[in-house]
Amino acid sequence: MYTWIWRHLPGHVSLKLLEVLILFLALTALLFFVIFPWIEPHLPINQVTVPEHK
Amino acid sequence: MVETIEEAAPDRGPDAAPTKTWGDWVRFVLRGVGQILISAGVIVLLFVVYEVYITNYFAHEAQSKVKNELRTEIAQGNDPLGDGRLRLPGSKAPSVPDGTGIAFLYMPRLGADYAWAIVQGTNDADLEKGPGHYVGTALPGQVGNFAVAGHRVGKGEPFLNLDHLQAGDTVIVQTESKWFVYRVKGMQHNNIDSTDSDGIPGREIVSPSDGDVLDAVPDHPSDSTPTERLMTMTTCHPKFTAAQRMVIHAVLWKTYSASGLTMPAPVKALYNTQGS
Repeated sequence: MYTWIWRHLPGHVSLKLLEVLILFLALTALLFFVIFPWIEPHLPINQVTVPEHK
Repeated sequence: MVETIEEAAPDRGPDAAPTKTWGDWVRFVLRGVGQILISAGVIVLLFVVYEVYITNYFAHEAQSKVKNELRTEIAQGNDPLGDGRLRLPGSKAPSVPDGTGIAFLYMPRLGADYAWAIVQGTNDADLEKGPGHYVGTALPGQVGNFAVAGHRVGKGEPFLNLDHLQAGDTVIVQTESKWFVYRVKGMQHNNIDSTDSDGIPGREIVSPSDGDVLDAVPDHPSDSTPTERLMTMTTCHPKFTAAQRMVIHAVLWKTYSASGLTMPAPVKALYNTQGS
């Protein structure tokens, strides 16, 4: 997979490295601002309340 | 694109490889599995970074907004809690909109810069703004149990160091016209985990489903006539998990009347003794 991506990135090695960095940052941003906030409420890691008796 | 082919072709020979052997396929599959595992590991690490840093960033933004709003209200002499509860237009039950700042929270044990605006409500959106008041529980200073939930890791982590509290430590709640000073229970045996004569400990670790700790008389569900003015704080326990809840109970010790934003001198003096 990564070999395939590397082979298909345009430009010389230095340019490819820059592209890889940009791709990584873009993916990180996608995870941080879209995917993680979306899955987080479904994970049992950060619940701080107890049920209130009504 | 032309450049790509020119560069890539002489080095690697794109798709001109001869028929693949058995070993090639094994290598192909193993490499794929390895890459997936490494990627998954990186994603999990990024999730930790998100949980511990990124959520804090957004929570602090939200908290400073709530804080500024509450500061403005108090400076203008408006109490979001009114004399009892703010009445919403068109609503029968008096209430404060969820997510609104209602009071400031200070704990000298956790440092002079520890100051949070408590918001109304305890759903996810409320708790991302700051510690949240369980809407059905008493208000600050009232007879009964003023209960507040807060995040321990990430999301601003207002209750990160709640385990540093000791028996007798002060917990200060500032409303528009009153400063309520609570003291963490367990004082009778000078041990936060011990139970005072009213049967309520300063700290207890309970299961996530144990709503009794929020009762007007905590842990005594059958006793529905509160006499004490209590405060309860809940957060997750141990850190990073939702396996249990850490619960701190405090009892009202002193009340100071003061309007405006300035901390009354006797309250300020509590910081000299680390609040105990």
